[in-house]
Amino acid sequence: MSQAIEKSGSEPILSVSDLNLHYGSSHALKNVNLDMGRNQVTAFIGPSGCGKSTLLRCFNRMNDLVESARIEGSIRFDGAEINEPSTDVISLRRRIGMVFQQSNPFPKSIYENIVYGLRISGVNDKATLDEAVERSLKSAAIWNEVKDRLNDSALGLSGGQAQRICIARAIAVNPEIILMDEPCSALDPISTLKIEELIEELKSKYTIVIVTHNMQQAARVSDVTAFFYLGELIEAGVTRKIFTNPEKKQTEDYITGRFG
Amino acid sequence: MKLFWKTGEPYVLATGAALAIILVMSLTLVGVVMTNGLGYFWPKALVKYELKDGSTALGQITQQEKNPISGICRFQLKVANRDVLGQDFRWIDEKEISKSSQPAEAVLLERREHGNYFGFLQGVTAEGLSLTGATPYDKLIEARKLVSGKLDDTRKIKKQMSDLNNSAEGLRLKIQKLEYKGSEQNAAAISELTAVREKKMSEFTRLNEQATVTLAEIGKITAQMTDVAGGNKDISLTEIVALQRPNSMSFFAKCGAYIERVRELLLDDPRESNTEGGLFPAIFGTVMMVLLMSVFSLPFGVIAAIYLREYARDGLMTRMVRIAVNNLAGVPSIVYGVFGLGFFVYGIGGSLDSLFFPERLPTPTFGTGGILWSSLTLALLTVPVVIVATEESLASIPKGIREGSLALGATKFQTLTKILLPMATPGIMTGLILSMARAAGEVAPLMIVGVVKLAPTLPFDMNFPFFHMDRKFMHLGFHIYDVGFQSPNVEAAKPMVFVTTMLLLAIVVLASSTAIYLRNRMRSKYTTSTF
Repeated sequence: MSQAIEKSGSEPILSVSDLNLHYGSSHALKNVNLDMGRNQVTAFIGPSGCGKSTLLRCFNRMNDLVESARIEGSIRFDGAEINEPSTDVISLRRRIGMVFQQSNPFPKSIYENIVYGLRISGVNDKATLDEAVERSLKSAAIWNEVKDRLNDSALGLSGGQAQRICIARAIAVNPEIILMDEPCSALDPISTLKIEELIEELKSKYTIVIVTHNMQQAARVSDVTAFFYLGELIEAGVTRKIFTNPEKKQTEDYITGRFG
Repeated sequence: MKLFWKTGEPYVLATGAALAIILVMSLTLVGVVMTNGLGYFWPKALVKYELKDGSTALGQITQQEKNPISGICRFQLKVANRDVLGQDFRWIDEKEISKSSQPAEAVLLERREHGNYFGFLQGVTAEGLSLTGATPYDKLIEARKLVSGKLDDTRKIKKQMSDLNNSAEGLRLKIQKLEYKGSEQNAAAISELTAVREKKMSEFTRLNEQATVTLAEIGKITAQMTDVAGGNKDISLTEIVALQRPNSMSFFAKCGAYIERVRELLLDDPRESNTEGGLFPAIFGTVMMVLLMSVFSLPFGVIAAIYLREYARDGLMTRMVRIAVNNLAGVPSIVYGVFGLGFFVYGIGGSLDSLFFPERLPTPTFGTGGILWSSLTLALLTVPVVIVATEESLASIPKGIREGSLALGATKFQTLTKILLPMATPGIMTGLILSMARAAGEVAPLMIVGVVKLAPTLPFDMNFPFFHMDRKFMHLGFHIYDVGFQSPNVEAAKPMVFVTTMLLLAIVVLASSTAIYLRNRMRSKYTTSTF
């Protein structure tokens, strides 16, 4: 695995070692070891229930919300341990943004949706907010579609637009990492394509970790792919290698559609 | 036929039928109340019957029914003149009647006491007034106009008297307090206060005399009436509230009289142990009590629900609390009344009295029923509704919205106040609507903790501190019970029962529709997206 990172040629920003996660009595993640490089797109693939979303939610401590979850092992973000009780979860979540499977715009105007993250961190300066809105909407490639109706409710947007608003909302607080949990699974192919193009562009500024069911998508957008099966990390490596010449038989079977 | 049952159509029809039955029932309810209530104020004709035994009767027909055996009609006649005849109503058989007519000059007088007077106006004794009217009726109306200014003056004097009385009472309490502390040390202060109080009391006496003189002057002006049997009666002008000649009124005049009666109902004080006059104190009391109840139960219920849903760990304890809350909604309301009496009135009220109003004891201030304790008791009664509604609406917010907010670095509290509560507001409003409707209709617990048949003062007036939370108040629901079952003249009061019911329904509908309007405006703002 460290081999894969070396090949892509960058320092790891997130590094997971010996991570175990239990939901009550079920063992959801088993001894996961994985490094993710800066300004790379890492894709998690695998069949449903293999733990890929669970791992993603460990990175911004969203599993705190699940009472029965118990985590052992270490996740280091820029060298600092995430799982320490002393970690400031609020600032961690500001540095690691997240986009969900179902687009979840707040029942507010588009403008207020984008500035929400800034407002709750205490930024109320109009010029700063305006600038952040324009910047993040442009980065999320939706500025031209919504610039004339920033004060309309975000609930009136189509699924694809709403998802890009959610991405813009995550970008607005200037995170270092953006976690994407199957961001395209509820979208039509055209919206999916737009989001994939967006991921390409965002890569230069942000580190992206994406969970996807769609193997073509993983192949198209990611630099590194990690394959999970039943809570175990089976194989991780440069995407091209995983899809053309996987080391493990299970990976090959999954990619070629023999199970999953 | 078998296929027909298989398609499921009959079940759809059954659901429709159930809805139709409910609709018909509620419409019938409103219809019955409206038909009985709305007609009450319409000026009914005064019919004069000459009977075969030589006697006569004058009155308004209130009911008509067929004798089930003989098949002959009989009328229930409201003959009024309670002080002369002893009762307001009598039944007359159709076959006893030899002649009926509607004399144009028959007069209906609404009196301050003894109910209405039906009869004929013979003249007006007007000492010191020069009346120019052609007929006695014109003269009477003229005389009423002339003395109305004086009546207003006496009303103003009465107001001054009550203010004086208030401040004198305040002084008396201050003196009392000083005396309790030690009458020797405070002798100077006491005598000073006593002097001020004496001054106020003498002013009070002077005003009282003035008012009595004016009233006696007006009282000398009387309408000379004869009833249909020929008996004479002089009725003083101060006694007369309103008068009309229903038999010679045009349609528009009747409309005018109707509107005047509705105005009186909404804005005036009750007379004749609540069976006549207006309902203003009861309307005011009901509305104020419900609003006060909302002020207590809404924040309390919402905060409790937030804790239960958002912060409490979902365990045995939470589940038990939730069950207890749901069961609270099902406890008979009179039980709350008893609790309110024991806890609020005697417990808290009694302690407040001994802490803050010791000089008034043994007369209780807060240690007796009042609008504050009534509102609090009803708030307890309705708080489960608010809790359940708030919990439901918080639970119905998609998980993704919460996670979205938390993932942006919001704290739980920020998520709650900026996202969840605005989204839950329509649901909370629904709970509030239900609880307001319930509180407005509740009577049993109020009878123990502060509602009275007749409250001399409103719980709000221009005397400091404006809202008098310790005062007893009137309530439409209790008014219905009181007028319908407890009044000395139940038969005469029946129409008032329907009118009051109508008003109570109207208030509930009005309050609910305002809340529903607000809720819908919020709902259109905060609906979750569906795609």
